[in-house]
Amino acid sequence: MGKPDLELVARLEEKAVDIRKQLIEMTYAIGHAHLGGSLSLCDVAVALYYHFLRFDPQNPKDPDRDRLILSKGHCGCLFYNIFADLGMYTKEELYNGYNRIGGRFGQHPNRKYIEGFEASTGSLGHGLSLAVGFAFSGRMDRANWRVYCITGDGELNEGSNWEAIMFAGHHRFGNLVAIVDRNKIQGNGWTEETVRLEPLADKWEAFGWDVINVEDGNDMEQIVDVLGSLPPVDPVTPRRPICIILNTVKGKGVAFMENEPKWHAGGLSAEKKDECLRLIEQSRKVRR
Amino acid sequence: MPDRITWDFAEMLSKASARDLFMLKLLELAETNKDIVYICADGAPKGSKQDEFRKRYPEQFIEVGIAEPNAIGIAAGLALCGKIPFVNAFGPFLSVRATDQIHTDMAYNDVPVRVIGTHGGLTSGGGPTHYTVCDYAIMRSIPNMTMVAPADANQCVKLIEASLTYPGPMYIRVARGEEPLVYSTDDYDYRIGKAIIAKEGSDATIVGAGIGVYNGLVAAQRLEKEGISVRVIDMHTIKPLDTETLEKAARETGLIITVEDHNIIGGLGAAVAEAVLESGIPCKFKRLGIPDVFAELGDPEDLYAYYGYDGAGICAQIKKML
Repeated sequence: MGKPDLELVARLEEKAVDIRKQLIEMTYAIGHAHLGGSLSLCDVAVALYYHFLRFDPQNPKDPDRDRLILSKGHCGCLFYNIFADLGMYTKEELYNGYNRIGGRFGQHPNRKYIEGFEASTGSLGHGLSLAVGFAFSGRMDRANWRVYCITGDGELNEGSNWEAIMFAGHHRFGNLVAIVDRNKIQGNGWTEETVRLEPLADKWEAFGWDVINVEDGNDMEQIVDVLGSLPPVDPVTPRRPICIILNTVKGKGVAFMENEPKWHAGGLSAEKKDECLRLIEQSRKVRR
Repeated sequence: MPDRITWDFAEMLSKASARDLFMLKLLELAETNKDIVYICADGAPKGSKQDEFRKRYPEQFIEVGIAEPNAIGIAAGLALCGKIPFVNAFGPFLSVRATDQIHTDMAYNDVPVRVIGTHGGLTSGGGPTHYTVCDYAIMRSIPNMTMVAPADANQCVKLIEASLTYPGPMYIRVARGEEPLVYSTDDYDYRIGKAIIAKEGSDATIVGAGIGVYNGLVAAQRLEKEGISVRVIDMHTIKPLDTETLEKAARETGLIITVEDHNIIGGLGAAVAEAVLESGIPCKFKRLGIPDVFAELGDPEDLYAYYGYDGAGICAQIKKML
């Protein structure tokens, strides 16, 4: 891996701070969001949508775009904020259309209502099979786009994932990348106390994937390094698909939410919101 | 269209396998339609038509192994990319095991995946783990879904053709192997969602789906010889339901019997009952099918007789109610 472009890293870090704040503002405005997992996923999502993903917010159906399937659909609110920030709709539309009759923005995203989402998700353990369908389609069409699938770690309890992982390992898709948000907490508590996932990388490898373990999945330099070093898309030649395990912190950026299962989902008072914004501002890295 | 479209079963009885014929149709269609993808779950043994599909169109063929939920998820992914996937596997493992994927990946995403569940009803002979007796009920209660059970193998071919341009997700139920051909001709109008009058009649109406149409016709032809005129409706599409044809039958015959190789709860009979009752037209009514039990073991014909929805059982029921 080469030396990451530090200017790019700094720009994405700034954006991640910005998106975290927007997420907090939205949660306060609408009264409820899946904050913990959205905060852990925020940095890689920003890196993808503001640099690495071939995606034009003005033309979200561009046939040449990269595809991203959000298997952990409960973190749709993170992407709502990113898409709004990219100008695909206004904050007013989002706030007024969240979780209400006639609204477009559910707790889990519906592709038919919101452009930018490739699939409607929410029920866990579905994204990888869908992504494999995309990868197969890309192979049929010799298409030069990549399909990413973002899964949570807790959702890997679902057996359906392993059907898809086994299939993809067999077919060796060179256009498929899975990203695991390894924040180590699921709805109930710690993943390792619920049903042990480790050794997680070994499991993916045994199923025929190459695994890239990112030690700090909230460190933009490490994220840029790994996304920037992915081999080029190859829809045809079989090769082991890639799984990026991002070791993240649930609730990242808001100290009192970090590694705290109770902040999986919820609302914020005005006081808490202000505290969150202050803490996120404090987390801003100064590189210059 | 000819005057009479169904066989006279006293004269002739031929059989054909929907599983063979739809594969032949797909082999033909996939030659020119490069968006068609055939997906099976451990279902392409050497020498089979599925194997031929694999050899002729390797890039349009997917074998997922024994993993029906993955088959549906992959198919939904393909359909989201504009492909036309046909998923073919044992009905029980698609309709029950993969319900989650059918509900969320196919129906909620509203994509044109065609699921073909074989071994419908009790035709597998494999016992309750291998019977498909809940598919009508499950599929018709999932929004966006279309649920179709062709009456015979030739009609299944018409359905496959019609499905290519039909929007949204669809579940197609077929039987295990060789089943009686109900229609003596291909020269009839087939439209998804539009029932077919398989036989005219005025004293009573039998509404069947799948093998229920054949059993109903056997009963109707037998009753005709006794001077009882029975209409037979081929309700191949269970959802969306052709309520117009049902209301007409209720009004004109005053007696409706439904026949299905399915649990009597939630399936064709339930759908017809809902429509007729809500129409406000007074009508005698009876559902025939599996009486909400895990069915006994045995050959399907014996089981139909045992549970009273073979030709003889339907005859007896109509006579009782007239």
